[in-house]
Amino acid sequence: MNGVVHRLWPVPVLVALWEAGARAAASTYFPPPSAIAARLRELWFSGPPSRLFLSDQALQDFLPSLARMFGGWAIACAAGIALGVAVGRSSALAGYVDPIVEFGRAIPPPTLIPLFVVLFKVDVRMQVATIVYGVIWPVLVNSIDGARYVDRQHTETAQVFGLSRAQRLTRIILPAAAPKIFAGLRLSLSLALILMVVSELAGSATSGIGYELLYAQQNFDLPGMWGTIALLGVLGLLLNSSFLLVERRTLSWHRRARQTN
Amino acid sequence: MIDPRVVRGVVGVAGLLAVAEAAGRAGLMDTRIMPLASTVVARAAGLAVDGEFLQDVSATLGVWAAGLVVAILLAVPVGVLLGSLPRVEAAVRPLIEFLRPIPSVALIPLVALIAASDARVKVTVIVYAACWPVLVNTMYGLHDVDPVAKDTLRAFGFGRLAVLLRVALPSAAPFVLTGVRLAASVALVVAVSAELLAGGAGGIGVYIIKAGSGYRVDLMVAAAVWAGLIGLAVNALLVRAERVLFRWHAARAGVAA
Amino acid sequence: MLDVVNLTHTYGTGPNAHRALGGVDLTVAEGELVCVVGPSGCGKSTLLRSIAGLVRPTGGGVRVKGRSVSGTPDDLAVVFQDYSRSLFPWMSVGDNVALPLRRRGLGRAARRTAAAEALSAVGLESAAGKYPWELSGGMQQRVAIARALAYRPSLLLMDEPFGSVDAQTREDLEDLVLAVRGHHRMTIVLITHDIDESVYVGDRVVVLSRAPAVVAADLRVDLPSPRDQIGTRELPAFVHLRAEVGRLVRGKPQLSKAPNGPSSIDKE
Repeated sequence: MNGVVHRLWPVPVLVALWEAGARAAASTYFPPPSAIAARLRELWFSGPPSRLFLSDQALQDFLPSLARMFGGWAIACAAGIALGVAVGRSSALAGYVDPIVEFGRAIPPPTLIPLFVVLFKVDVRMQVATIVYGVIWPVLVNSIDGARYVDRQHTETAQVFGLSRAQRLTRIILPAAAPKIFAGLRLSLSLALILMVVSELAGSATSGIGYELLYAQQNFDLPGMWGTIALLGVLGLLLNSSFLLVERRTLSWHRRARQTN
Repeated sequence: MIDPRVVRGVVGVAGLLAVAEAAGRAGLMDTRIMPLASTVVARAAGLAVDGEFLQDVSATLGVWAAGLVVAILLAVPVGVLLGSLPRVEAAVRPLIEFLRPIPSVALIPLVALIAASDARVKVTVIVYAACWPVLVNTMYGLHDVDPVAKDTLRAFGFGRLAVLLRVALPSAAPFVLTGVRLAASVALVVAVSAELLAGGAGGIGVYIIKAGSGYRVDLMVAAAVWAGLIGLAVNALLVRAERVLFRWHAARAGVAA
Repeated sequence: MLDVVNLTHTYGTGPNAHRALGGVDLTVAEGELVCVVGPSGCGKSTLLRSIAGLVRPTGGGVRVKGRSVSGTPDDLAVVFQDYSRSLFPWMSVGDNVALPLRRRGLGRAARRTAAAEALSAVGLESAAGKYPWELSGGMQQRVAIARALAYRPSLLLMDEPFGSVDAQTREDLEDLVLAVRGHHRMTIVLITHDIDESVYVGDRVVVLSRAPAVVAADLRVDLPSPRDQIGTRELPAFVHLRAEVGRLVRGKPQLSKAPNGPSSIDKE
């Protein structure tokens, strides 16, 4: 607890400086943090304490956004890991697929949004498709890498003791590749947040955090815009730290094994 | 003797195109919605000599380069400062951790209200996105300096500044360049995204919007293909630069930002 | 039990080809412990990996219990030199030992019991819940041996099993192998570069020539059992045999140029 206090003391100082600076400048474009906080509360956080102060509006905005984000991310993770492990375990297949992967990940995902709009029409499917396309690459590339470089002694041990194909996959290859795969999953989670916002800003979304951002812009609601941006920052921080927590627990063997060697 | 990897790569790409082509011709995909692979390839080739599209490409590269240069000029000095002053770094770190995950594209609506021209909107957003990889890698590079090298210079009576100039900066340079390479790819993606979202006079993103409003899916996909090729070319150039400049440096992986 | 017939193996093709095995013949009877020694780089490991089905030999064949095998024989276990890489760091010691038993069709409880028995046979009854990297190098190699024991193979291959541990641990592990093989009636082929060790643990010592390897000599070790680290090594017969193997490993030219097949020197 002491460590957290010690680490985070600059936060209130910076907020206070920002508040003083913004009040002194008195610009419409740069509202003070107190005004932003008040607007945020009004927008989303006036609900009952039992619901973490989330208002109905907050549920209406956050849930669809998060559902699309996690949905797209989950699809990309499943597809990326399955494809990546298959490609990583076969050097022939990898030769055929590598250039396609290199090129596919170089295409900026937002450039495909107009295409997805034509292909899928339905808003949600377009948004999920954008997220899937944008976030699958880190998972795929890391899974290929992780599965490709499984220690040969591990696979030979599995062969000598006659493990079946399924056992080799679930007991040896996936755990051995897990540290790499997790790194890809974490990177793609932060990309999923970005693409969630992009797809909501680009499409004609009718709900969601990106939609609220556009709505605030149209109404010249600057505290609302600053608030939404801050909210996205907090959301990104939360996503990353909770994923790190899961990663640390799942891969504790990896961290501790490396410390002892 | 041709490298079998190259052969396989070519076969893989050709195979994918052939499958897409066959799916279109066999009626599995509606060619009015999703054009044939051969059509896309032909359109992409056509765009290479299309003056209007080339102007859009140079517009995109213009804001991309401007944003990247400003980001480097901002992030490298800040990174050096923070990397060599651990206490300041510790104080600023929570701020960095909060600002970094904010999607730069989310700034577009706000910056669009504040900034005077749409070129400035784009450059501002690109700078925001491109800063982080450069900053993080610069800081990392300065932490990674061999303490023995530093102590050696100190023992000869050199001051802090001399140590920074002679040891810390040269050994951090490969990390900085890796940060620049990562930032360059990010900046290109953000540049095109900003064009798609904020519109403006020209750019690959603007071209794609125009093609989309005319239901020219073939041109949209062809332009996206060019965006990907440009991204690959930029990355390949910077990887080469890293190899040539820092042959002695093994750890080129860098810190993903 | 094991018949290796005119086994050859060549890595690569063309001018860069390296002929590792030049026609190895080897017969191991049921219950025997045969040590294979030879100059470093002579193809000892290639021989073991061919028997284990980890490399496909270029020529010749391997027969186990009279049946010729391709791929990994069913009743075979291997203990590798590098224990830190052959144990799986994401599994507990108990799970590592129990993993291969799934193939034996044992239920969960039976697997756990068999693993516990094998661990106690190597003196690690309390380590089942730990992770391999929480143990010392010697203890990790004991786990690898326990995993092989639990599997109850009829043929156990050991590739420089004590090459990565300190001298004291090495002696303990040598005695452990002698003790467990008495209990389990296994056939063991042990590859080592240590001449002392080959004479101390082996019933027979097979000396390979330089690459391309052939069997340069096949010596019977007639030392009283049970063997003892101090007593056995003092015996004149031990000293004599050690010197003999040492000279053979250094390689008398006429021996390494021997035509196909072993030129065996029969003791007694």
